[in-house]
Amino acid sequence: MSTASLPDSLEARALRRGRTAPAVRRPRGAWARRAPLLPALVFMIVVTQLPFLGTLAISFMRWNALDPAGRGFGGLANYGHALGDPALRTSILTTVELTATVVAVSLLLGLGTALLLDRRFLGRGLVRTMMITPFLVVPVASALLWKHALYNASYGLFDGLLTAVGGAGAPQPDWLSAVPLLAVEASLVWQWTPFMMLILLAGLQSRPAEAVEAARVDGASSWQIFRHLTLPHLRPYLELAALLGSIYVVQNFDAVFTLTSGGLGTANLPYTVYRTFYDGHDYGLASAEGVIVVALTTVIATLALRTVLSLFRAETR
Amino acid sequence: MTGTRVRRTDTLLGLAAWLVGLLFLLPFAWMVLTSLHSEADAATNPPSVAAPLTLQGYREFFGAGTGVSPWPPLVNSLTASVLSTLLVLGLATPAAYALSVRPVRRWTDTLFFFLSTKMLPAVAGLLPLYLIAQNTGLLDNIWLLVILYTSMNLPIAVWMMRSFLAEVPQEILEAAAIDGAGLPTVLLRVLAPVAAPGLAATALISFIFSWNELLFARVLTGVVAGTAPVFLTGFVTSQGLFLAKVCAAAVCVSLPVLVAGFAAQDKLVQGLSLGAVK
Repeated sequence: MSTASLPDSLEARALRRGRTAPAVRRPRGAWARRAPLLPALVFMIVVTQLPFLGTLAISFMRWNALDPAGRGFGGLANYGHALGDPALRTSILTTVELTATVVAVSLLLGLGTALLLDRRFLGRGLVRTMMITPFLVVPVASALLWKHALYNASYGLFDGLLTAVGGAGAPQPDWLSAVPLLAVEASLVWQWTPFMMLILLAGLQSRPAEAVEAARVDGASSWQIFRHLTLPHLRPYLELAALLGSIYVVQNFDAVFTLTSGGLGTANLPYTVYRTFYDGHDYGLASAEGVIVVALTTVIATLALRTVLSLFRAETR
Repeated sequence: MTGTRVRRTDTLLGLAAWLVGLLFLLPFAWMVLTSLHSEADAATNPPSVAAPLTLQGYREFFGAGTGVSPWPPLVNSLTASVLSTLLVLGLATPAAYALSVRPVRRWTDTLFFFLSTKMLPAVAGLLPLYLIAQNTGLLDNIWLLVILYTSMNLPIAVWMMRSFLAEVPQEILEAAAIDGAGLPTVLLRVLAPVAAPGLAATALISFIFSWNELLFARVLTGVVAGTAPVFLTGFVTSQGLFLAKVCAAAVCVSLPVLVAGFAAQDKLVQGLSLGAVK
């Protein structure tokens, strides 16, 4: 009883272990503990942190692959150039808008579908399988599908359905040039709603049934149960889904690259950096842009990490 | 009276669920249908839903018209995904052990370091990786992708495996130690059964994300080590009709992920939530 009810924290574990294995305090014991961790830790530092230091170094250099002779120390010139470039500022806004819209809309749709699927009905397993299909289509394949088979103005399904319903005079919008950002967002919402739905559905199914039953017996309405029981219970799941969704959507490259090639105001940060490096061959500028991206993500990531930390504390308690 | 109303609401909500499910399936169903049409039938307006079915699109994907085989990129994708998944499991499992069963000091900080690398945009390290690869001859080499995909999935795997191993009650481990069980016995008899579903979920997620990756593969590979997603982008041509062919290619490339994901739906949920949902 006494140990079981203790918070499952580091201190509690150390306390418990202290009784049976006092040897762990010795330095050799500490290294024996660290040994299994080291390969993964060293691997991550070498593969993710060192390249970033490289990016940082190159960002202060004048370095265009098309002009090898002009290579040298450039000071803050790349940063001045990057921050003064209206295209980069636009792509920052685009990234924020794209991520916020996709995450918010797919979270809401995911919540709605999770609530629908949390009920018993005929063919529930089949509907669940249908719902997760979009998430299992390779993202590039999905982007190609939306661009050519759905959005295309001469033979895409959307305009085709308009013709089928409205006849020859039906409007035939060219979706990708009429509403480019919305078109990219819609394809991403299609892909990410199942992700949100799966996490929220798991959350709903872990909700204690007795509490809901008791509330219903006491005459609570469905809305009251949702507002005061379901939603508070779902909160950590909503936060987790939003956080993980943001991590992936903010880095999206496939949809922007395939659907619009970054045109018509859809270029997000990953795409912009890719272009500066891959097509512009300006290594110094691309690196400065990369550093700016990291600086911005760090702000958001710190907030996000704080959220996970509080969830994590609640979970291990 | 209320009973009938409740039943009617239930029926309506069940229908609504079906409707939403079908709506989400529609683009995919359209992709499959189009892949089975001829190029001419695939490009009509209004759509020819009932056009005769043909496997021509699939024959084109397998190189009937151009002689370009899809197998090298498919094998490249498979190699990169499977090898990086094995590497991820090999590195993540001991690390998770050191973060849960016998935790190092400041293990939460380490755990959060892993997650924070996931938030570092991939594009930020792309250029140095490209330059290093260029100078070491790793450009257009599948091993480079294996390493990068491992780093991409390792943080998720460490989080997942830790959450699974943390389920093992400390008391059981102590009891085993008191009974004189050595480390191999504890690992095999106590931890392995708990870790097995975690390993499966981790492997599934790691495989899917590696198989799907486009940015690294596009920048760091060429004709030799190009993966299936890169190959897929090459099916769009500026001349002639290509819709059926592209849809057939999209279905084929997505097939491994679809099969794995459908077969292990519960593992998918565990993996996506970093093991927070069991």
